[in-house]
Amino acid sequence: MSARGAVRLSVERLAFGYPGRVVGRDVSFGLAAGQVLCLLGPNGSGKTTLFRTLLRLLEPEAGAVRVDGATIAAWPRRRIARVFGYVPQAQLGTFPFTALEVVLMGRTAHVALFGSPSAHDRRQAEAALDALGIAHLADRPYPEMSGGERQLALVARALAQEPSILVMDEPTASLDFGNQVRVLSHVQALAQRGIAVVLSTHDPDQAFLCADQVALLHEGRLARLGPPAEVITPATLREVYGVDVDVITITREGRAVRVCLPSLARSAG
Amino acid sequence: MTPAELSTVLWSRVTGVPHGLPSTIDTVVFNVRGPRIVAAILVGAALAAAGAAYQGLFRNPLVSPDILGVSTGAALGAVTGIYLSLGVVAIQSLAFVVGLGAVAVVYATGAALRRHDPILILVLAGIVIGTLLGSCVSLLKYLADPYNQLPAITFWLLGSLASVTIGDLKAVTPSVVLGLVPLVLLRWRMNVMTLGEDEARALGVDTRRLRLVVIAAATLMTAGVVSISGVVGWIGLLVPHLARFLVGPDFRRLLPVSILLGAGYLLGVDTLARTMARIEIPLGVLTAFIGAPFFIWVLAASRRGWQ
Repeated sequence: MSARGAVRLSVERLAFGYPGRVVGRDVSFGLAAGQVLCLLGPNGSGKTTLFRTLLRLLEPEAGAVRVDGATIAAWPRRRIARVFGYVPQAQLGTFPFTALEVVLMGRTAHVALFGSPSAHDRRQAEAALDALGIAHLADRPYPEMSGGERQLALVARALAQEPSILVMDEPTASLDFGNQVRVLSHVQALAQRGIAVVLSTHDPDQAFLCADQVALLHEGRLARLGPPAEVITPATLREVYGVDVDVITITREGRAVRVCLPSLARSAG
Repeated sequence: MTPAELSTVLWSRVTGVPHGLPSTIDTVVFNVRGPRIVAAILVGAALAAAGAAYQGLFRNPLVSPDILGVSTGAALGAVTGIYLSLGVVAIQSLAFVVGLGAVAVVYATGAALRRHDPILILVLAGIVIGTLLGSCVSLLKYLADPYNQLPAITFWLLGSLASVTIGDLKAVTPSVVLGLVPLVLLRWRMNVMTLGEDEARALGVDTRRLRLVVIAAATLMTAGVVSISGVVGWIGLLVPHLARFLVGPDFRRLLPVSILLGAGYLLGVDTLARTMARIEIPLGVLTAFIGAPFFIWVLAASRRGWQ
């Protein structure tokens, strides 16, 4: 699974929503290979709808999604799936497929319409499980795995897809602290392989840890877009989330790291 | 008849050499028992395969091939034919055509009402139209001649293989084969469909087209076999569960195992229906009598097949 050429994702004045109900508009950003963009925004700000529109699970109301300058508006599903990997929020699933079978489904875009995954596909799936450190869970029924293990399996599935762009919808939601950190370090590792990663999160600290760019979605529009240090400030967090937060710089191993420290007393007032 | 006589008769049919046994044996083997055995295998296999496909497609282990109204449609077609005192072939053709038509109407309704969840809309449309067709069946039963037509209607609605002929088998086999081929070819895509609309599409599956093909295939098979057997419930629901219990949910194994188990199950049940009592016991009654406790056992014995 080698890094690919610099596929560049650009989103141009995208309006998204459902027939008769526009959720967001005028969203534009660009992403180079190997970059991580972190999408922040309150509940209901339209993050999932935006992601579904990026993947063309919803047709855009206006604007365009481009890969290497070419609009994906007319691409067949299979072509989209060879470029975009999608990590949805983990669900239980209806049938007890094993973890390996679930990850193998990530190979579907590389399997002929009437075909079945080959030995090569199987090796790719095993390699993806191994890359996420869950090779020992290969034969575990997916519904019997813990929330964290399921999330890792979904990342492995997206990895088996060999995408150049990875869209992750709140990959750390409902994970314990250890698994959150593990998923984020995998995000960083994937970016180092040359994959462009877009992920949404509720935790601005995660953006400080792994993002090259932060997009702050507020009421369907991009309130801010830029490097984490410029976007995540007490003023913007106050504006978007309505709470008081201090952004503190500390030094770790000689490098400056920022963290958010909410103030409970001031936020209650 | 002894097994030796049976093999002599079969061998002579293959080689063309006369066997010298009474010709009644020929009649029994090739016109009475033979077609019935082949029909049991064909009907059981088709219903189980359609059930396995639908349970995956609708992501629900409680779904049976009837969910989109194919059986109710076929029942209405057959009952109409009986009510109009038509011949056997006309009754079967009506069952087949109205069964297909019912699902086509359900699919068109679902497509016209396209919302976020196409599966839910399809199932709801299936329930509504199925209920409507069921009411039409009830109306015809109410209007039918209680001495001639009503027993025939009741017999058809409970299912039977007693009067299946070689001609029936020849008429129905193409629709079963035509239905099975796409399911076998799309076996891997069927697994991905169980992840749900968004995930399957994100993994590169054209869900709308695949759903249409699978529904058409399962409907063709079901309408075909129901037109010669009448309504035989339970197989399409129960057999895929048992198969999943044995080999897991991977459609590449689930489909062939469902086909084998469905064929074997109906063959066994039909043999019981024929031999248990002095009169034929209706198939639909027997599949339920055996199926219901068996189904509960499968549910209790496994969390693998259903969770």
